[in-house]
Amino acid sequence: MTESVVTVKGIEQTNAYSRTIRFDWDAEASPGQFVMVWAPGMEEIPLSLSSVGDEKAITFKVIGDDTRFLGDLKEGDRIRVRGPYGNGYDLSAERILVVGGGIGIAPLLPVLKAKRVDAVFAARDAAEVSYADPIGEELCGKHWICTDDGSMGEHCNAVQMVSKVLETEGYDMVIACGPEVMLFFLLKLLNEKGMRCQMSLERYMKCGAGVCGACMIDEHRVCRDGPVFTGEQISRMTEFGTGCRDACGTFVSFR
Amino acid sequence: MGSLRVSIGSVRLDRPGMVASGIMDETGASMIRMLRSGAGAVVSKSVGSVPKPGHPNPNFTETVGGCVNAMGLPNPGIDAFGEEMRTAVSEGPIVGSVFGASPEEFAMLADRMEDYGACAVELNLSCPHAQGYGMELGTDPKVVAGIVSAVSDAVSVPVWVKLTPNTHILTQIASAAESAGADAIVAINTLKAMVIVPEFAKPLMSNKTCGLSGRCIKPVGVRAVWDLHKAVSIPIVGVGGIEDHRDALEYIMAGASAFQVGTGVLTRGPEVFADINAGLESFMEEHGYPDIRSMVGVAND
Repeated sequence: MTESVVTVKGIEQTNAYSRTIRFDWDAEASPGQFVMVWAPGMEEIPLSLSSVGDEKAITFKVIGDDTRFLGDLKEGDRIRVRGPYGNGYDLSAERILVVGGGIGIAPLLPVLKAKRVDAVFAARDAAEVSYADPIGEELCGKHWICTDDGSMGEHCNAVQMVSKVLETEGYDMVIACGPEVMLFFLLKLLNEKGMRCQMSLERYMKCGAGVCGACMIDEHRVCRDGPVFTGEQISRMTEFGTGCRDACGTFVSFR
Repeated sequence: MGSLRVSIGSVRLDRPGMVASGIMDETGASMIRMLRSGAGAVVSKSVGSVPKPGHPNPNFTETVGGCVNAMGLPNPGIDAFGEEMRTAVSEGPIVGSVFGASPEEFAMLADRMEDYGACAVELNLSCPHAQGYGMELGTDPKVVAGIVSAVSDAVSVPVWVKLTPNTHILTQIASAAESAGADAIVAINTLKAMVIVPEFAKPLMSNKTCGLSGRCIKPVGVRAVWDLHKAVSIPIVGVGGIEDHRDALEYIMAGASAFQVGTGVLTRGPEVFADINAGLESFMEEHGYPDIRSMVGVAND
């Protein structure tokens, strides 16, 4: 862990909904790890790294006050980052399929840079996913795109797309990041097929470092034991897909 | 091999180290995990009357030799916490930590914790970053006596009082707690602190001030336990910067009957308890101590 105040080197519109902030930071990081990001005027939030070299990047969807604040930053502005935290992905498997849903595609980019593998990019519409097509051309073996509304690629959701891909392709590991509902049904599919996977999970975080216990899923700390968990671990979690803890620590059911 | 069993008054534990309040103890499942990691007991998150989100982020960062936090007593409230307690108490001893603004509120919360199966209650009179609670009450001996007395009347389980080092009258406060019926003193909580980010010319924490924990505060805690050992005759539980068995031994030899680990869970992981237990066993064997009790306060002799 290290903490630094870094300068925004560039901020780009990733797609219709998301921004990417680039900054120089020499902390060692691996694909799947995250940082806690803060500047005066916002609450500190956890964000996955979308680039893990000496030039690092965070990519986020503008969904609330804090991401709006970050999205309005300009080149030369400063942010405080601490981390990197979490375990990251295990990339030792030979044949890997990467599955990214929506903003969940961003934390998977370092995986694709580290290892040329196949990928499924899923999103609601073309506006959300079109940026991923050139990335797929550049970094992936094969890649497939699908959208919920059919405006780009196949007209289906991520799980249906993976199911279709698996009819012709073989893998020994699936690495996935995306909305929990996508991960929930993807895990179900992969378990039925007896396939191994790693998934990056998300919970409300405070310390980010494994001490406060705010981000527990069952007995697991998402910030320190995760955020990447294996399919076997997730299959045993009673809170995966069913609910999460709020800032008070109260269990809130997803429906 | 020397025994790791300890007694803190009538509370008997198979292992001397407990998880300090506020560390992986907000949910039943996490408390069970810590018990299985080798902790003798878990002290729960400090729980109040109603759900409380705590201070906004940032409320934590690592610092040299430790870390600071200003969580601001987040907790789901005493009603919802019953479920977490019921899950955890079936696996081992849980000390119920509570915070309130008045003797009546403390007494009500302690009573509920007893109902939930807590083996003891720990009164948080020492949190340095929550307005109207914690050390704002716990630095006045009269206020402490009033709270301890009300809780002692309300519960039959032992009443532990967790005190702050942010005072020059620690021993007077402890004596007041003892006279009012406290069964043990827990010391210390975090040292009141601040972190400023020079580039922003602002304090980092949303609450501005925070509490410093970790190995950097260990000498302060050991000195506090040393002073307390001379001032009170009830058992003392030592806490502050313990990460290995030698840290724990400093507290024990200063006068602590048992100890708690907080920040050590961050730096060493939940395995910290198993490592300390193994270290204590070999130390006792090598130095001829039959049990933990035979080492309590020996540095004072």
